[in-house]
Amino acid sequence: MQPLVISHRALANSLGLGSSATMDALRTRRSGLNPCAFLDVDLETYIAKVEALDRVSVRADLSQYDCRNNRLAQLCLEQDGFADAIVAAKEKYGAARIGVFLGTSTSGILQTELAYRRLDSQTSALPPDFHYAETQNTYSLAGFVCRYLGLAGPSFVVSSACSSSAKVFANAMRMLAAGVCDAAVVGGVDSLCLSTLYGFNSLGLVSRFPCKPYDADRDGISIGEGAGFVLIERATEAKSSDAMFLLGVGESSDAYHMSTPHPEGLGAKLAMQRALDSAGIAATDIDYINLHGTATKSNDASEGNAVAEMFGESVPCSSTKGWTGHLLGAAGITEAIIAILAVEHGFIPGSVNTQRLDPALPIDYRIDNASGKINRVLSNSFGFGGSNCSLVLGRQA
Amino acid sequence: MMRLFIEGAGLLGPGLDGWSASRLVLAGNAAYAPAPTNLRPSDMLPAAERRRSGVPIKLALAVGQEAFLQAGRGTGTAATVFTSSGGDNDNVHAINTILATAPREVSPTRFHNSVHNAAAGYWCIAAGSHEPSTSLCAHDASFAAGLLESATQVTVDSAVVALIAYDHPYPEPLNALRPITAPFGMALILTLRQSNKTFGAIEMDFVSGKAEETRMQDAGLEALRCGVPAARGLPLLSALASGKPSQVNIAYFNDNHLNIRVVPC
Repeated sequence: MQPLVISHRALANSLGLGSSATMDALRTRRSGLNPCAFLDVDLETYIAKVEALDRVSVRADLSQYDCRNNRLAQLCLEQDGFADAIVAAKEKYGAARIGVFLGTSTSGILQTELAYRRLDSQTSALPPDFHYAETQNTYSLAGFVCRYLGLAGPSFVVSSACSSSAKVFANAMRMLAAGVCDAAVVGGVDSLCLSTLYGFNSLGLVSRFPCKPYDADRDGISIGEGAGFVLIERATEAKSSDAMFLLGVGESSDAYHMSTPHPEGLGAKLAMQRALDSAGIAATDIDYINLHGTATKSNDASEGNAVAEMFGESVPCSSTKGWTGHLLGAAGITEAIIAILAVEHGFIPGSVNTQRLDPALPIDYRIDNASGKINRVLSNSFGFGGSNCSLVLGRQA
Repeated sequence: MMRLFIEGAGLLGPGLDGWSASRLVLAGNAAYAPAPTNLRPSDMLPAAERRRSGVPIKLALAVGQEAFLQAGRGTGTAATVFTSSGGDNDNVHAINTILATAPREVSPTRFHNSVHNAAAGYWCIAAGSHEPSTSLCAHDASFAAGLLESATQVTVDSAVVALIAYDHPYPEPLNALRPITAPFGMALILTLRQSNKTFGAIEMDFVSGKAEETRMQDAGLEALRCGVPAARGLPLLSALASGKPSQVNIAYFNDNHLNIRVVPC
């Protein structure tokens, strides 16, 4: 693919607001996971919650969009100068030439979950303050972001579970290549809700402790919430050597099971290989792999086997989910931005909470943070339904 | 402008029991007779998955299978774009009901069927497809979003793409706020190059600004088009069925639309 410039980014998650808060937490090994205290959820687990959300309300003219997910979207759009960068991009390209492609798994479903507790006792109708299209519908997130930023290009939401906000990079790449738009806001938002907490719990995939990716004793995920956005543009002029690029994307399907990854990581390998091919590089050109690393037995075994086969023990790898929790539909974008931070800072994040590496997975998994020259990062995101996506991000060769 | 060829189509809706069985109706050469959508479990699925499949999966697999049969392609050979305004609406109602009362026991099957890409996941298992698959939502513009994404996959990635759109009604109380009038699905197999299976071509532009939407001639089909987000693609099927060159506009929210020139081959 033709490399695309990632000119702006914004992050908001349990580690704090803005990219620098995440970078600081990575350096100081401060995890965002805490014992679950969310509404009346009675599960013994750890979650990564965005505490600042309790003080956010959506812009007055968009009040029908008010829900936890869109509040988190707004909070994130206001970080890192992102909303201001979009004002400038609109002047450059025009609002109709900027696309919006976002990922979420559950959108504003929390609003519906809470509304179902307030059904009319006579008619069982939903309460009049419940706005379906603006909150529950999966598109709600993109509808909100388009209105908040005043964008009028093509827009949709990708909802392929935990690969959602990685796959949107591929959508943006194609839309720009096809000339449908000249720039794209790409990202993802997922927020805490009962559906995912109780749902993952029913599958026995939620740990009682802070998640321990790639640990021999790992026993499940810790669910988190977070948001991230980037602005993607064509590389039309000479960019400085500091410019960050989307270099490659690879997508695949497991065709194996709805909620268990292929044991040998067949789909993971395909996605990683297609990402390398798309970037026109070899496995040896990758300097760091940000793994999907959910800390379930099956994910880490499947992904670890795939990485071992393709990269051996020659490339430093880690999962940053011990810091952020599993951000589901926002995992791809969050980890893509962490990949960019790793390149910019020459920083290899290790893995918090992980203590004893799984000896069955022969990869160069890093527990401790390290520093070194990093030009290209591979970032993996794999989801339910066997939906896989890998990205190559970093400097142009 | 993006140019695509069409090798196969699939259709399942009220009184529309398959693309080939509905061509005369869609072309305006036979009367449209509404009848309940003929939902059936797919023989593509292993028994365990067949038992767990809700309405969207039945719709998606039926229309996908019909389209691939017409195209004469193996189901594992194409990338897939699934698009739906809602996903499994019966299931989301059930989960919300369960979560509103103690104990909150959401079953594993309910949970994994609740993801928006459940139909895509089941399809890939049934079809044996390792090709890229995406699952989109754009509320009332979901069909247009799916067609736009499919067109970029064909023209940029040179992929053979199966576009599968589906929607079905919510139970109450959500039905009152988001009425979707019937279970409906449609599929298209889209390619970059013409083959001996090609029966139509489309030239498509994403255009800024509002345009008059192409409507269905028959009042019943027009009600279906307006009543189900996935059925916004009906005018495209109608143009293909008519065998005459025609022009179709499909709205992409209020801001934009797809301008499509349909050329039978």
